[in-house]
Amino acid sequence: MSNSRFVIDGKDIPFRPGQTIMDAAMAAGVYIPHLCHNPDYASTGNCRLCLVKLNGRYVSACTQPAIADSQVDNQIDEINQQRKTLLQMLFVEGNHQCPGCEKSGRCQLQAVAYYVGMLSPYFTHFYPRRELDASHPEMVLDFNRCILCGLCVRASHSADKKNIFAISGRGMDSRLVINSTSGKLGDSNFSAHDAAASVCPVGVFLPKHKGYEVPIGQRLYDREPIAQVGDVAHPNHQRDKK
Amino acid sequence: MSHKIRVATTSLAGCFGCHMSLLDIDERLLELITLVEFERSPINDIKQLEPVDVGIIEGGVANTDNVEVLREFRRQSKILVAIGACAINGGIPAMRNHFELKECLEESYLDGIGVVNPMIPNDPEIPLLLNKVHPIHEVVKVDYVLPGCPPSGDTIWTFLTELLEGRPIHFPYSEIHYD
Repeated sequence: MSNSRFVIDGKDIPFRPGQTIMDAAMAAGVYIPHLCHNPDYASTGNCRLCLVKLNGRYVSACTQPAIADSQVDNQIDEINQQRKTLLQMLFVEGNHQCPGCEKSGRCQLQAVAYYVGMLSPYFTHFYPRRELDASHPEMVLDFNRCILCGLCVRASHSADKKNIFAISGRGMDSRLVINSTSGKLGDSNFSAHDAAASVCPVGVFLPKHKGYEVPIGQRLYDREPIAQVGDVAHPNHQRDKK
Repeated sequence: MSHKIRVATTSLAGCFGCHMSLLDIDERLLELITLVEFERSPINDIKQLEPVDVGIIEGGVANTDNVEVLREFRRQSKILVAIGACAINGGIPAMRNHFELKECLEESYLDGIGVVNPMIPNDPEIPLLLNKVHPIHEVVKVDYVLPGCPPSGDTIWTFLTELLEGRPIHFPYSEIHYD
């Protein structure tokens, strides 16, 4: 065991060389809000929600290696406000009509927004028009909720070895695309048992024939905040570690 | 008991679910009416809006009448509250924003399944639909928001009681949800 340590919001956190701030914090049971991070896959740092201050400088906790004896600010007003603004921008950029979404109640975007105290999206909504892909017998893809976190891309590539998904285009034109001749999921070799099917932090991947299976009040994030419950892909992940 | 807080409520492009939720505070309504006086509201069917302390708006802005009512509420209310998903982000009615208004009207009144006597209504008394459905904060300044579809009776109760007592409003985790 290494004796390397750093401090998050006054709490001493041990780490092994090579661990990121996020890895070490999760192992120590300290919650840092995140969407595109999943410990099973390489971090990309693209959602920016795990923004923290390392010795006074902004870094993304999921990509920044921990540094011995450093000071990390996580739960401070300034960062909380910035996380809230990031979330508000994610909400207005897509079509996040929670009352009409099957993922509602076990959606990480929603849960993180509850956690930071977001009451409204504040900005002007884009209301983009995005077509559904219902071509696959087991899964509907609702691109209206896609936040371009790239987790399905990474899972399909590294766990499933299928490379079914990619982010195409740049800037405002970025979108999730399917690697099949028609561009439809039904014409790819996707299976509902793929790792890529269960990593989505929002409501893009919706299994067919299930609908609103769990009653309101019993869903993943209905009773306790995400800091206690853990991620959609790893419920109780943080608690199990310690 | 010299001065009660005056409250008005209305539903724009909403389903009245938020008003039903207000009634869901159940027997606490008796306590509430010792504290507040209801002015214009679907609950008492008063149509004229007088100046009030708190105006509560359910629903988004989908037609010209919604715009007029919303602006009148803003003028007459010291504090304006957006209640429910539709007032906050357009909600389910805003799902028509992905389509042209013409497409929506044609689907509903001309080409839809089971339509008899197809024609698009054009009576002058029917408010004109806006091209898109808007959250109310895109039209007027909003002072407080209460998310939920609808917000629970408990959420509404927490909000009203803490507002009336002049405290910063703090909701328990279970009282804030977007659905």
